[in-house]
Amino acid sequence: MSSSTTRRGDRVRSPRRDPGTTDARPAARRPLLSRVLGVQPIGWLFGAPYLVFAIVVFAYPLVFAIYMSFFDYFFSAPGVEVDKPFVGLDNYIAVLTDPAVLQSFGNVLVFLVINVPLTVVLSIVLATALNKVVHLRTFLRVSYYVPYVTASVALVGVWLFLFGGGGLVNNVLGPLAPDPSWLVNPALAMPTIALFVTWKQLGFYILLYLAALQNVPQELYESASTDGAGPIRSFFSVTVPGVRQATVLVLMLSTIIGANLFTEPYLLTGGGGPNGASASPVLIMYQRGIQQGHPGFAAALGIILTIAVLIVALLQRRFAGGRDE
Amino acid sequence: MSRTSTKLSRPQTILRAVVLGAGAILFLFPFYYMVIGSLQLTPDTSVAGAFPSPDNITTANYEAINSRINLFAGLINSGIFTGGVVLCTVVFGVLAGYALAILKWRGRGATFALVLLVQVVPFQLLMIPLYVLIARNYGLSDNYLGMILPFAINSTAVLVFRQYFLQLPRELFDAARIDGAGELTLLRRVALPLVRPAIVTAVLLTFIGPWNEFLWPFLITKDAAMQPLAVSLANYVTNVAASTANPYGSVLAGAVVLAAPVVILFIVFQRYFVSTDVGSAVKG
Repeated sequence: MSSSTTRRGDRVRSPRRDPGTTDARPAARRPLLSRVLGVQPIGWLFGAPYLVFAIVVFAYPLVFAIYMSFFDYFFSAPGVEVDKPFVGLDNYIAVLTDPAVLQSFGNVLVFLVINVPLTVVLSIVLATALNKVVHLRTFLRVSYYVPYVTASVALVGVWLFLFGGGGLVNNVLGPLAPDPSWLVNPALAMPTIALFVTWKQLGFYILLYLAALQNVPQELYESASTDGAGPIRSFFSVTVPGVRQATVLVLMLSTIIGANLFTEPYLLTGGGGPNGASASPVLIMYQRGIQQGHPGFAAALGIILTIAVLIVALLQRRFAGGRDE
Repeated sequence: MSRTSTKLSRPQTILRAVVLGAGAILFLFPFYYMVIGSLQLTPDTSVAGAFPSPDNITTANYEAINSRINLFAGLINSGIFTGGVVLCTVVFGVLAGYALAILKWRGRGATFALVLLVQVVPFQLLMIPLYVLIARNYGLSDNYLGMILPFAINSTAVLVFRQYFLQLPRELFDAARIDGAGELTLLRRVALPLVRPAIVTAVLLTFIGPWNEFLWPFLITKDAAMQPLAVSLANYVTNVAASTANPYGSVLAGAVVLAAPVVILFIVFQRYFVSTDVGSAVKG
């Protein structure tokens, strides 16, 4: 793993070195094609399908989203021209003054405050335990990964059954069961969704931590135990700092995935209910943009959401990344 | 690894086993409950209901949901959607991964940066413009092509391929080139046979994406006959289930049909779902 990392680093830099080596040779001896396109122009041909794909479904829609957010955009049948007036920042102002949008951002905040720390703590602890386990290793790995590989739509069905008014969870809790029940309780709807997503995604983060744990030098554990550190002490002073890069990645990924929540509030709480208490920004993007036909508003909301998430992710990288950044 | 585990005292080892075991039960129980619930004639949400009782077992729920949404057609649609994405990813993703790892061409660094960037920008930001473009401008709603297009080449898979090709010794390629082999021959005869595990890992990773995807096919398919199973099951949950005799039973029956192919596939190929491959690819 560590050897492949250094090798990867070399390869990433190598394209920048190429022009230098190219210029060193007499230019006349090299055909025009390879002078313009590089030593092996066939690379362009091999990369072309991906490049076309990335331009058609990524770069162009990205630019289009920004363009649309400045217009009062209307849906029209193919070929029909409808006036789509330029409205400047109106869409952005409408988004930022919309109480439903503000509520949805608050909901996501609640979600992230529960989901992100829970994800980091549980995945690092379970990965550390799994890493040392000898028996039933495959069985345990499969059990933790299996919610991650299963469709949200299928798992939502079971959670509706488990956490419904007369569901098994309430039956087990008996008099402790919340009233109104989990998914129809304004205070508990978002935390329940956060719990669902933590459970569903945890396997993926355990996988990332397991990969990172293979890179923690064994000598560090040995010298920690020579210094008299027990397993708990060496977890905090060797494992946790050793997998810091993975922690930053887990923080950032779980934040990005959490901020883009859609399926769970749409299905688990019947469209962000009760009374918008579990509505997410992406759910509002769908309702306003596609159901109600205001794609300009939805695009502006999407851009604001993405920028907000990017800022949070960069802050996480800055503060959790530590000195080695 | 083994040396650190010997350092654990006996109670600590037991504690670890208990934590991992309890976790595994917590993770697997909903799956077990999904199957039990799908087989119950009348929903039994009591604690005893979590254990199957012979007189309350039926396949009626499967028949009930199948009469409202065509499960088989849903599976076929999911299969075509997923198959299209996997095919495009394997063909074009391998080409791109090979170009990024082995070939020297101007623009390679920029293309690699683009692959990373595609992973960073969330699909949800692109959802509105893609909907306008694909459904409204190109008229590809209720169409397999429209479903497949935004997911056609999985960027994570491209990174997995690139990572594996990078690990192959360069001398291998230089020798074959001196023998006059073209790049396509090299890729097919030399590189691909050596990275077969990467193909399985990438196919597995790519497969779960579209098979489980809800948002995009939900936006783009309004015709029930074209909907992948995840979409028709979701519509059943939101619209139809309440009006049936055993709503949870039929929803869970649909959930079992949707979940089973991926879970079985994953268990069969789980050894290809290795931490180092996936981890290094995600980290770029």
